[in-house]
Amino acid sequence: MTQTTAESTARRQRAQLKVRTLRTDRWWLAPAVTFAALAAFLVYGFWAIFDSSYFVEPYIAPFSSPCLTTACPEGARLFGWAPVGDWFPLPPGILILGLPAGFRLTCYYYRKSYYRSFWLSPPACAVGEPHKKYTGETRLPLIIQNVHRYFFYAAILIAAVLSYDAVLAFRNHEGEWGHMGLGTLILVVNAVLIVAYTLSCHSCRHITAGRLNHFSRHPMRYRMWMFVSKLNAKHQQLAWVSMFSVMIADLYVRLVAKTVITDITFF
Amino acid sequence: MSYKAKFRVWRGEGGEGKLEDFTVEVNEGEVVLDIIHRLQATQAPDLAVRWNCKAGKCGSCSMEINGKPRLGCMTRMSTFEEDETITVTPMRTFPVIKDLVTDVSFNYDKARQIPSFTPPADVKPGEYRMKQVDVERSQEFRKCIECFMCNNVCHVIRDHDENKPNFAGPRFLMRIAELDMHPYDVADRKDIAQDEHGLGYCNITKCCTEVCPEHIKITDNALIPMKERVVDRRYDPLVWLGNKIFKRSDSKTR
Ligand code: SF4
Ligand code: SF4
Ligand code: FES
Ligand code: FES
Repeated sequence: MTQTTAESTARRQRAQLKVRTLRTDRWWLAPAVTFAALAAFLVYGFWAIFDSSYFVEPYIAPFSSPCLTTACPEGARLFGWAPVGDWFPLPPGILILGLPAGFRLTCYYYRKSYYRSFWLSPPACAVGEPHKKYTGETRLPLIIQNVHRYFFYAAILIAAVLSYDAVLAFRNHEGEWGHMGLGTLILVVNAVLIVAYTLSCHSCRHITAGRLNHFSRHPMRYRMWMFVSKLNAKHQQLAWVSMFSVMIADLYVRLVAKTVITDITFF
Repeated sequence: MSYKAKFRVWRGEGGEGKLEDFTVEVNEGEVVLDIIHRLQATQAPDLAVRWNCKAGKCGSCSMEINGKPRLGCMTRMSTFEEDETITVTPMRTFPVIKDLVTDVSFNYDKARQIPSFTPPADVKPGEYRMKQVDVERSQEFRKCIECFMCNNVCHVIRDHDENKPNFAGPRFLMRIAELDMHPYDVADRKDIAQDEHGLGYCNITKCCTEVCPEHIKITDNALIPMKERVVDRRYDPLVWLGNKIFKRSDSKTR
């Protein structure tokens, strides 16, 4: 709907507005809040990963699960295994930390949130970014973001382990079934949110049927795609609530393990 | 109920210009474009503005209102305070012709660079048979009214003019996605998306989606799915191996 009129040099120029933005709303609020929330999560995670009170019958803190070394208490080990043995000197949670961390770090939503809030690229829409050059995800290191789907495969396993941990939380201290405490509830809610977040992943959406061009030839995959697409529309919200739920669940178990608080038993 | 509003409007030919202040009458139910027209009628007869349908459907009246890319004809005056100064500027990413009118030929150049719809050689026009579910996804992208506010807001070119030759902008990366998802299109779109049209520049910060007046989920439904398709082609050894073993050509035929 344009007409291009005779060329002149002045016409090659954009409006020489000398300001970063003309926005009058509080555009800085969202990136500031995001920055604070992500930073809080990082600080908490850093503390939790070196904290050794990650297990108290029947609860295991999500940041330290699955527990894979012989240093893990008997009940904390996944199916009683300790495949890594005893050579690993650091807290066992560090062994698996990379998987959920990598999943969230390369997540399309978290990328948006930290590109905006940490890297200010851009801090908000129509607000100038401070960088002179920009190459985005075209080259190293950011081109590595393309491995996201592999972290998704790993995240499926982690989500399964956390769900299994939540089921085990229905046992009491003696290992008998039929217990439920506040800790059980918290671990169950967390597992549901983690599973929902994981399934709502864009790579998951692509794998189910996003990569196909003929949905009609793959009715089952199309139905899965429809389901994942519904979750995917809520991916941002799920990213946040599952991040907070995992932090709360983790902290709760550690506080119970440290006997700072006592678990409330429902039955 | 009418009141006097304070407006600051960019005036000038080419890039040179300045913000000019106006006090102008506003009546109930009016939109920003109405006020611009009133300025033309009363105080600034040579004020240039591009418009056409006044119904949010032609995509002509893209401008920046208080710094945000908006359609002038769809921005109600009632969304502003009466004592607020409303700043109206041309789209920032494109060269200015005069006042609020920009030269958007960047977008037409990019559109022309994308190979058009390419059906299989053995299918003749009139023989296409498509199921609704197979075309539904790309139909969302057909709602586009070509207002180019997505390309205007995208920081890849808005803040870095030098990226323009290498980046087609969300509007046309979405066009590539639309064709790549088309059940009858056989052209290779993945490599050109990445190599020639700069899909990798997009860091999925979603400003295009935020400003789209048709509420097209550009990032979630076009750009990210297209990024995933590029990963299939170039960065995923498992998909590559699977295609070798099962002699699949590509997702095109599936
Ligand atoms: S999501 Fe990508 S294409 Fe859209 S505005 Fe952001 S960087 Fe540009
Ligand atoms: S995709 Fe939306 S914002 Fe972009 S040109 Fe089309 S209608 Fe405008
Ligand atoms: S987990 Fe967010 S996109 Fe995959
Ligand atoms: S005049 Fe047509 S979209 Fe505003």
